Amino acid sequence: MSKLEKAALGEPATDVAAPSDAQDAFLSVRDLRIHFNTDDGLVKSVDGVSFDVRRGQTLGIVGESGSGKSVTSLGVMGLHRAANATVSGEVWLDGQELIGADPDEVRRLRGRKMAMIFQDPLSAMHPYYKVGTQIVEAYRVHNKVSKKVARTRAIEMLDRVGIPEPAKRIDGYPHEFSGGMRQRAMIAMALVNNPELLIADEPTTALDVTVQAQILDLIRDLQKEFGSAVIMITHDLGVVAEIADDVLVMYGGRCVERGPVGEIFDQPQHPYTWGLLGSMPRIDRDTADRLIPVKGSPPSLINVPSGCAFHPRCPYADLPKGNVTRTVRPELEQVEGGHWSACHLSAEDRTRIWTEEIAPKL
Amino acid sequence: MSETNKTDAVEDAAGKAAIPQQASAPEGGSAEREVLLRVTGLTKHFPIKKGLLQRQVGAVKAVDGIDFEVRKGETLGVVGESGCGKSTMGRVITRLQDPTSGTIEFEGRDITRLSTGKMRPMRRDVQMIFQDPYGSLNPRHTIGSIVSAPFRLQGVEPEGGVKKEVQRLLELVGLNPEHYNRYPHEFSGGQRQRIGIARALALKPKLVVADEPVSALDVSIQAQVVNLMDDLQEELGLTYVIIAHDLSVVRHVSDRIAVMYLGKIVELADRNSLYEAPMHPYTKALMSAVPVPDPKRRGTKSERILLRGDVPSPIAPPSGCRFHTRCWKATEICKTTEPQLLELKPGQRVACHHPENFADQAPQDTVLLTAAKEASELVGEAVLEESAETSAAVAAEVAAAEPAEAAEEASVEAEVSEAELETAEEPESEEPEATAEAPETDSQESTDK
Repeated sequence: MSKLEKAALGEPATDVAAPSDAQDAFLSVRDLRIHFNTDDGLVKSVDGVSFDVRRGQTLGIVGESGSGKSVTSLGVMGLHRAANATVSGEVWLDGQELIGADPDEVRRLRGRKMAMIFQDPLSAMHPYYKVGTQIVEAYRVHNKVSKKVARTRAIEMLDRVGIPEPAKRIDGYPHEFSGGMRQRAMIAMALVNNPELLIADEPTTALDVTVQAQILDLIRDLQKEFGSAVIMITHDLGVVAEIADDVLVMYGGRCVERGPVGEIFDQPQHPYTWGLLGSMPRIDRDTADRLIPVKGSPPSLINVPSGCAFHPRCPYADLPKGNVTRTVRPELEQVEGGHWSACHLSAEDRTRIWTEEIAPKL
Repeated sequence: MSETNKTDAVEDAAGKAAIPQQASAPEGGSAEREVLLRVTGLTKHFPIKKGLLQRQVGAVKAVDGIDFEVRKGETLGVVGESGCGKSTMGRVITRLQDPTSGTIEFEGRDITRLSTGKMRPMRRDVQMIFQDPYGSLNPRHTIGSIVSAPFRLQGVEPEGGVKKEVQRLLELVGLNPEHYNRYPHEFSGGQRQRIGIARALALKPKLVVADEPVSALDVSIQAQVVNLMDDLQEELGLTYVIIAHDLSVVRHVSDRIAVMYLGKIVELADRNSLYEAPMHPYTKALMSAVPVPDPKRRGTKSERILLRGDVPSPIAPPSGCRFHTRCWKATEICKTTEPQLLELKPGQRVACHHPENFADQAPQDTVLLTAAKEASELVGEAVLEESAETSAAVAAEVAAAEPAEAAEEASVEAEVSEAELETAEEPESEEPEATAEAPETDSQESTDK
């Protein structure tokens, strides 16, 4: 709580709260917890997640449905419904704490400094208003300009994201756009205020591969141009490999592994990451072998398994001595550099299993 | 039961092992395997009606003239973007919807116009697995009654009683037989999909049409279901038609693959030929767009072919080749003449005037359309060079290796296409290595599937 008070007093971001490796981070999330009270019990959607994103960098958050990846992003944006959500932890955006901040202040930041692209543009855009109107609105909320100026800006943005005849399409309704176009229009809306943090929540999941390639290219180009920090939430490891600099793997509301993209794919340390890699049919490899699925199904967030949340599905759960996987929750430990993993297996075991058992089968 | 299954599986495996050898014979011998389903000239148009009198003002040409056959024991994968008609095709071949024209033959018998009553016995042999494991199970019925519905509807009394058989099926797909009395909402997505599979398998069908069977599932669960379908095929000797938009999944499960674009099949080939040397530009573009889970390949962005825009409307598809509005190789002939689906290589049928990795089919036509010029700006230089190289090399190889029957034609084509390449000022180096992998490769892979 004292940190919140400090934030309220205007303490700078380089406070003790930000660890040493994250001095230059644009967004720092520390021990974020988001719990929802429901009739069935307390849902711990996010249960202690920390990460940093620097300007011009992309963080990929990977996980299955219900792993808490979307809720994390909503927590950063302050978009969860306050009535039934309990949020704790810290979110530092460019030196400003957001969790304890005044809602009006967060609202001023939202859309201007940080913006979000949602998975389903049809439900994220209002069907009753023209696409242009919605973009103009987003612009005028944060900028005191005339409607005409805002409209010019909206046309410019639509053109920038590759919508043909933007001056004409600006007066179209969302339903008149195809899926890919709609997603582009939403990206235009998100980027209209040149946000420095862009959160994309499964932006291409509903799209065909050819359109997905276009959208990923677009996000990459825009990021290069504006130097924004990007968080890409997805379940597709292919997308992550393509666009992310750092990867955060989530399971059961917690981060199980985090590191630079090259290391996550080359020497993943967590059995769940191995499982994800093994479950994926690949277009660039021979199909001789069977897929190696993860047994069982993702845990309920009301009754998260004791100890390591992954232990009921982990083939190596019995390897560490003394039933520790079932009783003690593993904390994130540094593997090397920026690579962290939360697993009870000893480093030697992990290296051995990965190089001898998992890697050859992929 | 299980014994007969095993012998089936053994025979099946033996049959599969024999295939690649046949395939290496010049005449694409895989056709010798018994054809289970043959589709000829199939179309399905949905009328658009307007006005007081509900006059028909047009039609959505969802499926617009496709031919293919499914052989016993194989898996045919069907891929394409949304709106290309692949799901409609699945519903028409199972007669859930009536075709507008064309014929569907199942085991040599024409089932296109069979009445509902006559169709009923056929339904035992053709079953479907649906995409949405939430929408395809009645929430008010127990699992037991859902899986036993086929027995009730068909009036079949399985050996040992319905309940016992249902429990055996549940066990077969990896569910607990004691869950007989539970309701769908008590199961997760992956488990529901298993229930759907158990229902489809209840009557021991010969053909299973699966429409996006894993796309609604999480990655780790997806792998479980893919493996289950694999095992069941081996165990029960099933034939699958798997419709999916995920090219990695299709590659993993299929023996042969049909690529659809706007209601047409543009390429139909063995898995290995298709993925190693796609011949239709659309196939090539589609495959290059799939993100590869390997960060090291990120630097090689020039491999990617970006298609501009969206799929045109199936109400008024483009003239000639339907892909010409987005193709970087399109010329005048593509706009005017519709390319036929021809078997250019054994086991690889393509509908294209200017195929990749092969001699040009319309070499006299060299002037690119404006659309193609625009598209080629998007396509990396490297891609164009590479495709020019491979087609030149393949053309040369075809000219050299083709036996008497086609030698003349091919060499003429090769010559002209080389000439064309020169005029286009594209580098033209003979690289036989590049193409060595192209024609149907190692029999190993196809055998262990």
